[in-house]
Amino acid sequence: MNEDWALYEVFIRARSGLEHKHVGSLHAADARMALEHARDTYTRRQEGVSIWVVRSSDIVASDPQEAEALFEPARDKVYRHPTFYSIPEDVKNI
Amino acid sequence: MYTQALDSPGVGHAALASADEAERERRFQERIDRDEKIEPKDWMPEAYRQTLIRQIAQHAHSEIVGMLPEGNWITRAPSLRRKAVLIAKVQDEGGHGLYLYSAAETLGVSRGELIGQLLAGRAKYSSIFNYPTLTWADIGAIGWLVDGAAIMNQIPLCRCSYGPYARAMVRICKEESFHQRQGYEIMLTLARSGTRAQREMAQDALNRWWWPSLMMFGPSDAESMHTAQSMRWRIKRFSNDELRQKFIDVTVPQARFLGLSIPDPDLRWDEAGQRYASGPIDWSEFQAVLKGEGPCNRERLGARRAAHESGRWVREAAAAYADKHGDRAGAGRPGYAQAS
Repeated sequence: MNEDWALYEVFIRARSGLEHKHVGSLHAADARMALEHARDTYTRRQEGVSIWVVRSSDIVASDPQEAEALFEPARDKVYRHPTFYSIPEDVKNI
Repeated sequence: MYTQALDSPGVGHAALASADEAERERRFQERIDRDEKIEPKDWMPEAYRQTLIRQIAQHAHSEIVGMLPEGNWITRAPSLRRKAVLIAKVQDEGGHGLYLYSAAETLGVSRGELIGQLLAGRAKYSSIFNYPTLTWADIGAIGWLVDGAAIMNQIPLCRCSYGPYARAMVRICKEESFHQRQGYEIMLTLARSGTRAQREMAQDALNRWWWPSLMMFGPSDAESMHTAQSMRWRIKRFSNDELRQKFIDVTVPQARFLGLSIPDPDLRWDEAGQRYASGPIDWSEFQAVLKGEGPCNRERLGARRAAHESGRWVREAAAAYADKHGDRAGAGRPGYAQAS
C-alpha cells in the first residue's frame, strides 16, 4: 500500500534578518497543502515567520562520492584566508 | 542511490564485492568511531539501514498510537486550561510521528509502506500504549512517567550517529519536556491539594503505570538482542538497564514529593551503590502485551484503522483537487534527493 502524496522539503525563517533553514520534510497533495502542513508540523511554537516548501524531487544534490573532487581542491589554498599573511605588529588597522 | 550496486552474481565478482564491502564497512565504522554523522546519501551497511528503519518506524508508530489513550480524555478534561494543554500535547505527538516517519523515509522506505505495516498489525509500537486510561489521573501519570521515561530514552538519541534521526530527536526532546511537566502538575494538583478521593485516584494511577513505564526501557541487557551492535554503531549510547536505573533514581523522589508510594515492596535506597534497588520486573506481562494480549491492543489498532479509513475520502478529494489544478507532484521516490 503506497498512496503517499509527494514529498516536500520545508525551510523556515526563524525571524526576519535570518536565512531560511531546512527543518525537515512532509507529504502533501499540492503546494498550498504543503505550506499549511508545514505550519502545523514545524511552527507550533513560533519557530518561524516565513516558510518555503520545495518538492524534494526538484532538489539537485551533490553526491557524497564526489565530495573529494568537489571540496578537496580548496584545502591547499590557505592563501585565501587573512591569517595566511603576516603583517608587522606596528602596522595598525589592517 | 542508497543501495550498494553489486553487479552480476558470478563467483569471482561476489568475492571481489565482499572484499570491497568489508573495506567499506571498515571505513564506515571508522567514521562512526570519530563521531561523524552519517547522512542519507552516504554509504552505509545494509544492516545499519535496516536497524534504523526498524527502530525509527517503531518509534514513529508509538507516537501515533500514543495519541489514542490521551485523546480519550480530551472531551472530559476537567477545565478549559487542561483541555487546551491536552490538545496541544496530543497534537505534538502527531507531529513527533511525522518527524520520525520523515527521518525513516531518508533511508529509502516510504511512509505509506510503514503505515501499511502498522495497520496490518505487522509493526511494533511501544507496549505502554496498550494499557487503558481509566481516570483523569492517568493523564497525569502518563505525562509524568511515560513521557518521563521517553525523555530518558530519547535524550541520548539526540547524539545518534544517523543525522536525520538525531535532528528529529532534538526537536522532539525540546517539546517532550512540556509533556512531562504538565503531567506532574496534574499529579501535584490531585495528590497535594486534592480531596482524599483524588489522592487515591493519583495513587491508583501510579500503581498501574509504574511497572509498564519501567518496561518501556525494553528487555534487560542480558536479554536484549540488538543492544551491542546498536552501541557499536552509536545508534544507542546507553543500555536498557542503565537508562531504567536512571529513571528510577530521578522518579522515586518525585513520587515522594507527591506523597505517593511506588508500588514496589522491594524498593530501597542502596547506600553503597548510591542508587535505588528495586524488585524484579514481570517480563511475562511485557511479552504478552507485545504479542497482542494487552488490555487494549485490538482497540488501538481498530481505532487507527477506522481513522485511516474514514479519512480516505479527504485524501482522495485533496488528490483530485490537486490533479484538477495541475499541481499534483508525482509521488516521488521517498528519500531520494532529499536535502539534508
